[in-house]
Amino acid sequence: MSDKVNIARQFMEAIPHSRDLGMVLTEIENGVATITMPYDERLIGDPETGVVHGGAVSALMDSCCGAAVMSHPSNPGATATIDLRIDYMRSATPGQALSTTATCYHITRNVAFVRATAVDEDTDNPVAMATGTFTIEGQRT
Amino acid sequence: MRKPPEPVQVIKQRRDEALTKLVGRVPYIQYLGVTFDRRGDELTAVLPYADKLIGNPMLPAIHGGVTSAFLEITSVISLSWATLWDDLESGELEGDSTAFRMPKTIDFTVDYLRSGLPRDAYARARITRSGRRYASVHVEGWQDNREKLFAQATGHFLMPQPRSDKS
Repeated sequence: MSDKVNIARQFMEAIPHSRDLGMVLTEIENGVATITMPYDERLIGDPETGVVHGGAVSALMDSCCGAAVMSHPSNPGATATIDLRIDYMRSATPGQALSTTATCYHITRNVAFVRATAVDEDTDNPVAMATGTFTIEGQRT
Repeated sequence: MRKPPEPVQVIKQRRDEALTKLVGRVPYIQYLGVTFDRRGDELTAVLPYADKLIGNPMLPAIHGGVTSAFLEITSVISLSWATLWDDLESGELEGDSTAFRMPKTIDFTVDYLRSGLPRDAYARARITRSGRRYASVHVEGWQDNREKLFAQATGHFLMPQPRSDKS
């Protein structure tokens, strides 16, 4: 495991909300990040079906987009979400973990542009897709 | 002769019970600890601060995903509540469990205007368009000062369809 992944993992574990939801960062390199989140009954949004609430999907995608920005080769010092749009394409299958991959596809001195896809075990049919913009605060040297 | 108006306690109890039932059914709302204040038909969502909601321990600030989730919960509950209201008032709600089904989020866009401080947050939704199938909602979130929003969002929702369509 590379140092970068190690540092990113520790970073994830230092975020109380991400830790509470059991998020695990599995990949982070060159502006691309992947985070998984296990199925949890606390996250159910529709009690009739057991489907996870959209808000929990947002939390996962927001974290993942932020991680993607931080891993961009231009080494941003910190980042915050400006805006994030999520399209919910289908319900996540109850009982299955969710995995999100985010790509920081463009970055300027002040703004990072990111898109992300969330899937469950049926990886060919995304559960949700997101597009967002993030601030760039300072640069690590 | 007109029926005399119902005693205010009876009305309040009926409305509060319906709201409690609507909100209490959703585990994720309980997990985040979101509650709703009601004044007549107007709802204000309350997100009491908790350490587990932190997304940036350095600042510290509430997790962006929590903010988004809070606004989405406010939107969905406000929509359900608005559709429930007429049936609730006309007494047609008795034993009708389909009335508590939730709209589905089609898309949701959040503007993060300020970082969420480690204290309670509030939100109110305005239903800008409510049709039989689709609804549009705008929602505002604030903390100490109602005029200084820390986040706002717009979302589109698919309304639950009456079960009588199916055979």
